[in-house]
Amino acid sequence: MEPTNRESEPLERRNFLNVVLGAGVAGTIGSIGFPIVRYLLPPPESDAAPDAVVAAKEGELPPNSGKIVRFGVKPALLIRRADGSYGAFFASCTHLDCTVQYRPDLKVIHCACHNGMYDLQGRNVSGPPPRPLERLQVKQRGNEILLAREG
Amino acid sequence: MNLETTAPPRKNPDAGARGAASKRGGIARWLDDRLGLGPLLAHLREKDVPHHRHSVWYFFGGMTLFLFTVQVVTGILLLFYYSPGANSAFESVQFIMGQVRFGWLVRSIHSWSANLMIGSLFVHMFSVFLLKGYRAPRELTWVTGVLLFFVVLGFGFSGYLLPWNQLAFFATKVGTEIAGAIPIVGHTVLRLLRGGDDVTGVTLSRFFALHVAILPIVAVGLLSVHLLLIQRQGISVPLSLEQRKAPVIRLPFFPDFFLRELIGWYVALAALAALAALDPWPLGTKCDPLAPAPAGIKPEWFFLWLYQTLRYLPAKILGLDGDMVGVCFINVAFALWIFIPFLDKKASNGRRSPAFTAIGWSAILYIIGMTLWGHFA
Repeated sequence: MEPTNRESEPLERRNFLNVVLGAGVAGTIGSIGFPIVRYLLPPPESDAAPDAVVAAKEGELPPNSGKIVRFGVKPALLIRRADGSYGAFFASCTHLDCTVQYRPDLKVIHCACHNGMYDLQGRNVSGPPPRPLERLQVKQRGNEILLAREG
Repeated sequence: MNLETTAPPRKNPDAGARGAASKRGGIARWLDDRLGLGPLLAHLREKDVPHHRHSVWYFFGGMTLFLFTVQVVTGILLLFYYSPGANSAFESVQFIMGQVRFGWLVRSIHSWSANLMIGSLFVHMFSVFLLKGYRAPRELTWVTGVLLFFVVLGFGFSGYLLPWNQLAFFATKVGTEIAGAIPIVGHTVLRLLRGGDDVTGVTLSRFFALHVAILPIVAVGLLSVHLLLIQRQGISVPLSLEQRKAPVIRLPFFPDFFLRELIGWYVALAALAALAALDPWPLGTKCDPLAPAPAGIKPEWFFLWLYQTLRYLPAKILGLDGDMVGVCFINVAFALWIFIPFLDKKASNGRRSPAFTAIGWSAILYIIGMTLWGHFA
């Protein structure tokens, strides 16, 4: 019995030291890794996106035309339909985020990247886009056309 | 029963003996079969370090390497947000310090670690000098080491400009102006460094390229040779001990010496974290090329002794431009410093060379004295 005990003692000590060492290494990796991961994740963007932007002067857009304007950091598309009514959408294609454009020849909103088509209400009608374009409100203030977030 | 000792040596890697090597994991074996890591691992197992009363100095090379690694990691992290350019550099560092989570910590550690690394490098270089670790057959280790020292000073000089603040602007103006004092090629060197006649956004782009691309490549190349030579030749035993002909105790590198080094690195890491947290590196004010130099402006401590040397030289020495004489003298001294192992023939033949010990101590006292004078002047 005794010799076995004596032999097992250093093993236990070794195990204990290995656990301590392992915990130290894990602690080090954690305390270095955590700040690095947090650092690499971009900081929350200050809400640079405005509630409304001036997109055009009244009469600037002839019927059957469109214009890309800046809405915060994102592109927005203001269109004027053939009947003279306005529509506005975020211009990011719901497929893979390309910027769409108004096509007067086809009277559709077109995404050139993968030939996606939206009708003039922003509904996806052909090609790969899975969802309609995100709508923006069109308001008129004096002779300015404003775009605002919905709701 | 011990199969490993009784099994015949394996000649054909495909010829079984799998039972014999069953201790090693499948992946380790798979790699070993292809890369033949055996001799390399055996070398590492046999690697040892002399253990004596001067052993403490052996830790400063590893310490410098550790701090260099910290520089590489934090430097790469800073690259994720830093944007060079006269109109964006200062703002991007401000963004890192203010908006990015732990950005202040990463930048402060980069700055503090740079300073500690240069300090550790000075200690490493002068301890190797005084212990005559450069003597044959280790001349090339010394040469690559001194070149690395110059590269590190280049890192310090180029990195200092990158935040594009007022102090950095004048430090770069003065530093490049000094390079302009080199005879004949001075003006060309100045224009090469500045990317024109003045320090502008173009200079910033150049220093950025130097700091994150050119110097790192050179440093990694030199460092590889430096470390390879150390692995190949082992650690030098000080001349004084070698002459005694008494056997020197040797400590296995792994794990004995390595674990001791690890303790030092942990202490350095703790010091870095404490310094960065308690005394975050300031950003200063944005560079304004039209503003006058702030009162009491001084270079960083590791350039202070050079600055102080040039500052107190008379305007004319033997009819020559004082700055030019000073710069030439410093360049010659640096060149001689590289070739120390070839000049100190006594040490290379295993004899004492008190003259070189005196040179080493003079250099140390000169640098410390000039630094303190510059600091308190």
